[in-house]
Amino acid sequence: MPADTSIVVIASRFAIVVLLISIAVALVRLIKGPDAADRIVALDLISMLIVAFLATESIYAGETSFLDVAIAYALIAFLGTVALARFLMRSPQRKSGNINNKEAKTTNDE
Amino acid sequence: MMNDIITALLLVLGSLFCFVAALGMLRLPDTVIRMHAATKAGTLGVGLILIAEAFFYAEVGITLRVLAAISFLLLTAPVAAHLIGRAAYYSGIKLWHKTWIDQLKDHYPSGGHPEESD
Repeated sequence: MPADTSIVVIASRFAIVVLLISIAVALVRLIKGPDAADRIVALDLISMLIVAFLATESIYAGETSFLDVAIAYALIAFLGTVALARFLMRSPQRKSGNINNKEAKTTNDE
Repeated sequence: MMNDIITALLLVLGSLFCFVAALGMLRLPDTVIRMHAATKAGTLGVGLILIAEAFFYAEVGITLRVLAAISFLLLTAPVAAHLIGRAAYYSGIKLWHKTWIDQLKDHYPSGGHPEESD
């Protein structure tokens, strides 16, 4: 671990704070996203931000094994995104094509 | 010392790009436009932070792992975005009211399921 006043420590603290704020902002979209697709996109971004957070934590803590965790997490997150997209693809279609937000809300709230 | 400066610079830059991606996710008007922010800015931010890690440790093993992670990210992010975009379109998302090009509209006018037709 580098000395406490090192420029890397300051930068990684800044990066950790910014990344946590970003995850919180993406969580807002995950919670209020009007459609299931919005939630999947938000979840995809959050998993990406977690990979970035793990890499930053690896620099901050001086622990290289966090990088392996980040790689494994990226693999699993990709599988999860693909599975969710397939699930959305196979879920029952709405009759009116592109425009029916109200119906989308009632379908996705369960 | 030089490596430390590059690491700090890449960390700050990468985290700011991640923040831009999250901000776009919150503020942009519809699903496909949000996907644009999440995929491009997010990939760039994560890639910059991983490169920062390679510069910080400056070891062969770490650099190889970072390269593997970045190439994996560059391979999977477009695939995932394509899958989500396709699924989102066919599940009937509401497009932004200013969107005026929708080339899929004529091919699947009633939001038909693509896997039933082919």
